[in-house]
Amino acid sequence: MSEKVILAGLGGQGMMLLGRLIAQALMLEGKNVTFYPSYGTEVRGGTAYYHLTVSEEEIFSPVIEEADTLIMMNLPSYLKFKGFLKPDSMLFLNSSMIDKIENEMNIDVYRIPATKIANNIGNVVASNMVMLGAYNEVKNLVSIPVFLSCLKNVLKGRKEPFYEVNKLAIERGAEFVRKY
Amino acid sequence: MTSTEKNKKYLLTGNEACAEAAIQAGCRFYYGYPITPQNEILTHMAIRMPQVGGTFIQVESELAAINMVYGSAAAGARTMTSSSGPGISLKQEGISYLAGSELPCVIVNIQRGGPGLGDISPSQADYFQAVKGGGHGDYHTIVLAPGSVQETADLVFDAFDLADCYRNPVMILSDAQLGQMMEPVVFNKKCKPNLYKKDWALTGADGRKRNIIKSFYPVKGELEKFNAKLQKKYRQIKAEEVRYEEINIENADIVIVAYGTCARICKEFLKKGQSLNVKVGLIRPITLWPFPADIIQKVSERVQAILTVEMSAGQMVEDVRLSVSGRCPVHFYGRTGGGIPTPKEILKKISEIVSVREKVTCTT
Repeated sequence: MSEKVILAGLGGQGMMLLGRLIAQALMLEGKNVTFYPSYGTEVRGGTAYYHLTVSEEEIFSPVIEEADTLIMMNLPSYLKFKGFLKPDSMLFLNSSMIDKIENEMNIDVYRIPATKIANNIGNVVASNMVMLGAYNEVKNLVSIPVFLSCLKNVLKGRKEPFYEVNKLAIERGAEFVRKY
Repeated sequence: MTSTEKNKKYLLTGNEACAEAAIQAGCRFYYGYPITPQNEILTHMAIRMPQVGGTFIQVESELAAINMVYGSAAAGARTMTSSSGPGISLKQEGISYLAGSELPCVIVNIQRGGPGLGDISPSQADYFQAVKGGGHGDYHTIVLAPGSVQETADLVFDAFDLADCYRNPVMILSDAQLGQMMEPVVFNKKCKPNLYKKDWALTGADGRKRNIIKSFYPVKGELEKFNAKLQKKYRQIKAEEVRYEEINIENADIVIVAYGTCARICKEFLKKGQSLNVKVGLIRPITLWPFPADIIQKVSERVQAILTVEMSAGQMVEDVRLSVSGRCPVHFYGRTGGGIPTPKEILKKISEIVSVREKVTCTT
């Protein structure tokens, strides 16, 4: 098993947390993981992006040249990273912020209205967890309880009140693609 | 993170792993000044040092940091500072004094693009500065180059032991990519702060003869004697501390020499097993000083060519050429200013080397 994922979105859409949760959960499952964030001169409103590689084998280059999966939260992110797609890639789009994209390469595209779903359950910030639920459901990476225990770890202390809504967001994301 | 358990996996950035490993290796005095891409070292130290009864100071300048390291090291404590290129340049005077006073300490350089203020992207362009002295005078720092987050942690432990063993500054030469990326890391090395007796340290001369820590030898002849002592120590380090990793070099036609991030890219290239009609091996120096000259000399006697890959305009390649001494052609591929070589680029370079060789073979 080997999976190269590029995650990107608007700074603040929670791509860092999303990537870290996936990396952490897969690490606990005994996989090798490398999570390489963009850093430094990113600005609010700019594109924040992350390279996540998961493998049974030793991971060498942390930089992804061709992605197995793109998780894109807004249009500028998609435009920046669509060049990393290959014919058998999967594309997860936050369709609340990216609509009317032509499927030029005829690949598997999952259009998840993540922002809308998160808004409906009461916290627009949880759109990243909606994407996590959807992505995990399609790829069947780890059981939901593993994610939830990682999430609980991350949301310790003053962020604890946000656990329930994030949990619900993961479930709603998974639910949405089950009906897809 | 408030503490760590043995054999438990943590998902950490290279910078966090570096700082945590230092604490676990017994470092209790850390002085730093912020600069991207190494800030996570400072933030981790700021949180953790008070928890373990250590001292963290965000100092007013890099000069203050390196000279506080001098003070703590002189008192016999395990001490560390970290920075990136521009800050490491500012520390050079202090590093020379530390080497001249034979004080053990660890200096971390998370390299970024240069020269000048440069940028904050990964780079390996501080190689010359790290291995050729950097500051004034005939001295060397032991330079360790990690290739992963786990190895960063492991080498930090070793760095403190090596520093104490040889009474010499040790530099961890990493880069922005290794510092920023997250990987699983296990802290399973033992803390050995009292492995080497520090009877030279300034601990108060009550009941014993006073110790003197200095790098100033104004009496004619004294300094030459001291330099001879230093050189003897450096020869011993060269003889005993060289470290490298080798992959498939036994039957290789071409051997790549690369360290740190570049070595990982080269391993990716090797893994892909491109459809080239040549066997390619890799030597990854882990100690950049002392440089693994002997193994490179050995392979140069039987390979067709050596290729050095760096994120610089060509620095380590000079040490490779010195080791090879003309026994085989030495090629170079480098990217600068934050550019990271790709496996495709390395394939292209190897193809060029092969096609040139084939042409030569055809004409002769």
